[in-house]
Amino acid sequence: MSSTTQNKVCIVIGASHAGVNFAFALRREGWEGEIILYDNDKEFPYHRPPLSKAYLTSEEGTEQSLLFPKENYKTDNIVLKLGIAVNTINKEEKTITLANGSVQQYDKLVIATGARPFIPPIQGLDLAKNVFPMRTAEDAINIRKTINNSLTKRAVIIGGGYIGLETAASLKKLGADVVVLEREERVLARVTAPVMSDFFTQLHQNNGVKVLTRKNVVSIENKDDHNVVVCDDGTKLNADLIVVGVGIKVNSELAQNAGIVIENGIKVDETAKTNDPNIYAIGDCTYHFNPHYKYHLRLESVQNAVDQAKAAAKAICEQEVVYDTIPWFWSDQFDVKLQIVGLSKGYNQIIIRQEEAENSFSTWYFKDDELLAVDAVNFAKAYVLGTKFIKSKQKLDKSKISDLSIPFKPNSFLA
Amino acid sequence: MAKITFITSDGNTTIVEGSTGSVMELAVQNKIKGIDGDCGGVCSCATCHVHVNPEQWDKTGAPDELENDMLEFDDNVSEYSRLSCQMKVSEDLDGLILTVAK
Ligand SMILES: Cc1cc2nc3c(=O)[nH]c(=O)nc-3n(C[C@H](O)[C@H](O)[C@H](O)COP(=O)(O)OP(=O)(O)OC[C@H]3O[C@@H](n4cnc5c(N)ncnc54)[C@H](O)[C@@H]3O)c2cc1C
Ligand code: FES
Repeated sequence: MSSTTQNKVCIVIGASHAGVNFAFALRREGWEGEIILYDNDKEFPYHRPPLSKAYLTSEEGTEQSLLFPKENYKTDNIVLKLGIAVNTINKEEKTITLANGSVQQYDKLVIATGARPFIPPIQGLDLAKNVFPMRTAEDAINIRKTINNSLTKRAVIIGGGYIGLETAASLKKLGADVVVLEREERVLARVTAPVMSDFFTQLHQNNGVKVLTRKNVVSIENKDDHNVVVCDDGTKLNADLIVVGVGIKVNSELAQNAGIVIENGIKVDETAKTNDPNIYAIGDCTYHFNPHYKYHLRLESVQNAVDQAKAAAKAICEQEVVYDTIPWFWSDQFDVKLQIVGLSKGYNQIIIRQEEAENSFSTWYFKDDELLAVDAVNFAKAYVLGTKFIKSKQKLDKSKISDLSIPFKPNSFLA
Repeated sequence: MAKITFITSDGNTTIVEGSTGSVMELAVQNKIKGIDGDCGGVCSCATCHVHVNPEQWDKTGAPDELENDMLEFDDNVSEYSRLSCQMKVSEDLDGLILTVAK
């Protein structure tokens, strides 16, 4: 295929986990033409997961967590154009227009625009000082600075999802007084089972973080040197720092305006192709089909960004490919490492295996006899074995899973 | 500075040099086939699995508990398996020979 791609141009919009991994994968698969990545973020592309974890508590910049070293872009001849937003796509002409008005021709276009934080319509939020989301390196640096420069270090996190809880744990390590406000009746309500919510609530409380649920923030009152966060039940909290972590909005407008089909994200097929034969989409911004679970979904994870990127690279290099993976994810909070494999949606039974060590257990999600997902807390063995069982769809004897007298080995749990 | 040799599944041998970061990062930087480092080095993807030359096992030392748990049920695990994201490049690793796991 080399002769066919030599004079071609592949443009990628968004240079983060999906876009960057795609660019390197495309080279690896043999694309000989140009590869140009655009991103409106000026930072050299970095890993996002550390932002709410180790990055916040360190003094480091993103140099320590680049997605790929700078030299590799040169050796692979990948052109990185940072600080430049793409404004429009014209799929009939096969061009994009940049913020500065210049027009670029493409042969293949990859949309990897990810997502941005959703900022809820809370009265006074837009005027409040020291309010940050947690998505970019700049956000993390702002959060770090604010807490380090504050004497009273009162942090209020709006939203008890993974990012909110990780940020809470990191801020606690920095010596802050931390309160997490969650609107639902439990933290992580959208993403995990009640047992996991209980565990993480307890973990945070044991470490001195206040977790308050059923708290709907209605307004922010701006005082001279701090803010007051007001909830609908009358609760008022003083805050030197507010972190907003209530979820994301997909960056799909660019695609939508170009006439690309949108359905809860940019809709792509099993090769990451959109409804236009020359335009692909990858990562957080896509709505795609998972062949194992047999439904369409959107995922916000590194695994999805990287694996879908690899699939798109193969497809563009005209290789047979189907994006078919078992999703995985992780989260670090205090001394707990959570590793998740699979998608628990639709489960009707949960089995918990508590190891002898404290804070070490696994939650197994079943739909009837099928294992859907495993959450492993400080017990990577369950994560690895869960992955195997989900993939193989082997029948398991559920009663054995929680039985600690049974050695934790692959064959122990087969029915 | 440490010189580290990678033997990939296609039989190629590559010698690379590094002084900082993890062995996984060094491998990715040098495009060692079969080492992807998908999770960024947090012990969650096992796409950085290598086998240490048995005679040099004392150079690297054994994995810690989390790493060991990640490796134990891997289809290609050996007595000398390590996740290269958990190995820091240092003088101590000079001369190390690693075979990239399948
Ligand atoms: C704090 C934090 C912690 C996380 N922790 C984990 C974790 O532990 N494990 C895990 O698996 N996942 C985690 N995630 C999720 C993971 O980081 C995302 O799934 C991943 O970043 C998705 O990559 P992406 O490239 O699809 O999108 P993004 O990372 O959102 O990147 C999209 C890029 O596109 C650019 N862009 C958008 N529109 C335009 C435009 N018009 N022109 C030019 N550029 C544009 C943006 O600037 C951005 O850089 C975390 C995320 C955050 C924010
Ligand atoms: S890079 Fe993921 S486990 Fe080593």
